[in-house]
Amino acid sequence: MAEPALKLAPEEPLLSVNNIEVVYDDVILVLRGVSLEVPKGKVVTLLGPNGAGKSTTLKAISGLLATEDGEVTRGSITFEGEEIANKNPEDIVRRGIFQVMEGRRIVEDMTCLENLRLGAFTRRDGGAAIRNDIDMVYNYFPRLKERTGMAGYLSGGEQQMLAIGRALMARPKMILLDEPSMGLSPLLVKEVFGIIEQLCHDLGITILLVEQNARMALKVADFGYIMESGKIMLDGAKEDLINNEDVKEFYLGGDKERKSFKNLKSYKRRKRWL
Amino acid sequence: MSGNLLTQLLLNGLIVGTLYGVVAMCFVLIYKSTQVVNFAQGEFLLIGAWTCWWLVVEAGLPFWFSFPLTFVFMMVFGIALQMVVLRPLIGEPIISVIMVTIGMSLFFQSITKWIFGADVQPFPEIFPVKAVDVFGLQVQPAYLMSLVVSVLVMIGFAWFFKYSRMGLAMRATAFNQQVAQSLGISVKNVFAMAWAISAMVSALAGVVVGMVNGVSGALSFFGIKVFPAVIVGGLDSIIGAIVGGLIIGLLENFAEYVDGQWLHLGNLYTVAPFYVLIIILMIKPYGLFGTHKIERV
Repeated sequence: MAEPALKLAPEEPLLSVNNIEVVYDDVILVLRGVSLEVPKGKVVTLLGPNGAGKSTTLKAISGLLATEDGEVTRGSITFEGEEIANKNPEDIVRRGIFQVMEGRRIVEDMTCLENLRLGAFTRRDGGAAIRNDIDMVYNYFPRLKERTGMAGYLSGGEQQMLAIGRALMARPKMILLDEPSMGLSPLLVKEVFGIIEQLCHDLGITILLVEQNARMALKVADFGYIMESGKIMLDGAKEDLINNEDVKEFYLGGDKERKSFKNLKSYKRRKRWL
Repeated sequence: MSGNLLTQLLLNGLIVGTLYGVVAMCFVLIYKSTQVVNFAQGEFLLIGAWTCWWLVVEAGLPFWFSFPLTFVFMMVFGIALQMVVLRPLIGEPIISVIMVTIGMSLFFQSITKWIFGADVQPFPEIFPVKAVDVFGLQVQPAYLMSLVVSVLVMIGFAWFFKYSRMGLAMRATAFNQQVAQSLGISVKNVFAMAWAISAMVSALAGVVVGMVNGVSGALSFFGIKVFPAVIVGGLDSIIGAIVGGLIIGLLENFAEYVDGQWLHLGNLYTVAPFYVLIIILMIKPYGLFGTHKIERV
């Protein structure tokens, strides 16, 4: 069986962010030369401490930056070979990138079903296809089907599931997931991440995952980037990152003894020379 | 005899109340999706009524053609208003936008007076003026039609917000604009649509009232009357707008009855709704149906 001819060369990533600089309110420089690549069908994770610029990177990709007075002032973002930097969010959703924002952000005064139907807003393929996809989402998240009240009264885990389900309704090529583990119990985190892995596998959706929970994120990701204060500090395949001494120390923890400070930040210095 | 008068007045209240409810819904629609308190709501009625009047009387078109044409005009008018006047104000403090709507209200009042004059112009007789007898009560056919139309509009609104794609998009925009945008909804289009629908449906109410009372600048007073209705129901609730409209309509007529029978103050019916407004604001500042933020426990 021959592989179908691909439009894109196999080595060309689905999304590539090249050296972008993001400025808020015309004065606050938040990202300084961030570059990353997301290959088709893979899970890529973006890790880093609070305020590193992870969410800003996602918003730069999804175009939601404009809603917060931010702007990509330098560099380019290409999706399927086309420039999308500073395009409006509606356009980007239509191209197939869907961002699940931090803190779930479901519409609280609507029911689950209405939230799901909202996810399909940009679709033009008719009611039957949409109903079909609603059933698919209920298959992934059976407990959403039982909830008939306002979505605002769902538990945190259920809201996260609803947010992911709503993203699926748009039939995106790529989902940008911003901290799906936020405020969830460890057991729920496991469940949600299991579903993320499954989605990528079953539906071939590419995922760019921003997380604080590095251990969990690296479990499901194929490739990872580590960001600090507006820059990418380190990148590598999942195994390389898991075995990296600095990553272990900073993000995974569990080492028996702390090393001296000068060794701790060594990768920062290494990066600066590169 | 006075019992009969009371039921007659309450029936009037019901009919006027549904009209208040319809206009209040239009007001809430704009408030919900754009956070703008539209002080020019009454002028939408005025413009709609004058447009229809002009098409029927001056242009000599049949009513059943002028009526839909008025709708089309008001839709275009609503979109144009949003694009030309209000879109440049997105991102400005909401109080500035509200001041602009007060300005629009004065502007439209004056310009309609300038074009059509200050006199009351009657509509040609479209429905028979002779009141019909419904369960022993006298009702003007135009009012009966208004009741039917209002109820249809309310059902239409309910369907629109519950099931239609654009209706859901409007609710999402009302909830949070950034969330709406992340779903691929164009907030600008939603805003334009809110103003268009609001202008169209208000015009409908304007034509109905104009057919009964004649068309004049007094129509814009409807916009002021709608305030108590909206506040009673809760600024952001469509159901509340309808209930509020009914309450105010009934209350007005009941006040008229009380005043006529015992108090003889005259014009109690105009102020009574505002007394209720004050009382409601003291007891329930969010109105009867206004939503507080959902809190998970």
